[in-house]
Amino acid sequence: MAGQQSAPKEPAVITVNVAWCKGCEICVAFCPRNVLEMEGGKVKVARPEDCIKCMLCELRCPDFAITVE
Amino acid sequence: MFDYLKYVREENFPHIWCSGCGDGIVLKALLRAVDKLGIDRDEAVMVSGIGCSSRTPGYVDVNTLHTTHGRALAFATGVKSAKPHLTVIVVTGDGDATAIGGNHFIHAARRNIDLTVLLYNNYIYGMTGGQCSPTTPRGARASTAPFGNLEPPFNISGLAIAAGASFVARGDVYNAKKLETLILKALQKKGFSLVEVVTPCPTAYGRRNRMANPVKMMEHLRDTAVSMEKWESMSGEERAGKFRTGVLCDVERPEYTEEYARLVEEVRTDR
Repeated sequence: MAGQQSAPKEPAVITVNVAWCKGCEICVAFCPRNVLEMEGGKVKVARPEDCIKCMLCELRCPDFAITVE
Repeated sequence: MFDYLKYVREENFPHIWCSGCGDGIVLKALLRAVDKLGIDRDEAVMVSGIGCSSRTPGYVDVNTLHTTHGRALAFATGVKSAKPHLTVIVVTGDGDATAIGGNHFIHAARRNIDLTVLLYNNYIYGMTGGQCSPTTPRGARASTAPFGNLEPPFNISGLAIAAGASFVARGDVYNAKKLETLILKALQKKGFSLVEVVTPCPTAYGRRNRMANPVKMMEHLRDTAVSMEKWESMSGEERAGKFRTGVLCDVERPEYTEEYARLVEEVRTDR
């Protein structure tokens, strides 16, 4: 619907390199759609269907550990 | 998705920086800017001194020089003077550039030699144990100022402008996209170009200043970094504790290596 934010048709593919993630939680805290969660000290992609591909998690990940396609 | 891996030395990852350290965010912004400009990696040189920020070149697959404390600009000046066609990027920190290397910093700026300097300002000596640096804010705690720092901090960008740098910008890692734009402009500028990057050190600074959590430090950046446009509309009171980000200085001045080449040509012609 016009004016309403909706998830893009192509679903986002969010990949986490768990070996490089240091669990700083920056991506989780600043995701505008609450897509990410912490699990066992690492980031987990909990709700990929809600991702709007704003790329903020990828831009701000200090550890090169998260990518959005 | 940006393919950072094509520019990094993957075998050195995960990198050495602490959880929530902003240094990786600066490196990523730099790589995106380098990619946008299509800089040939064989024509790029990264030079650093000592400190957390100075570990950066170790992760990048270009020509790299990891040098002595405070002397990155001296080595970089040598590289640029010998091979002026190269893109020379200096990565340094607040301690490395404005304490130990303070003289190199002001004189490289004064000389206006064509270097792009990324100065990671995290307000502290992170690597060596959280001692006060020349940019530790007044009242902030450090291992050498357990009851609060008495000294007023340097305004690094102001220092560079006063010394004669032709391009000076300030960015921060919360606004990572804007940081990329500022680095890109600095790389394009002929002359001494500084990007002061405000970046969090949760381990050495945050822990002592009620921001041990990396998210808290990023929130603090979000709440204190102000764009140039907004800054202009703010009162002195509103500006307290905040800093402005954007291009602070962009002027045309004779560039050192060009002037040097011109002089050599002149002297040779006269003989």
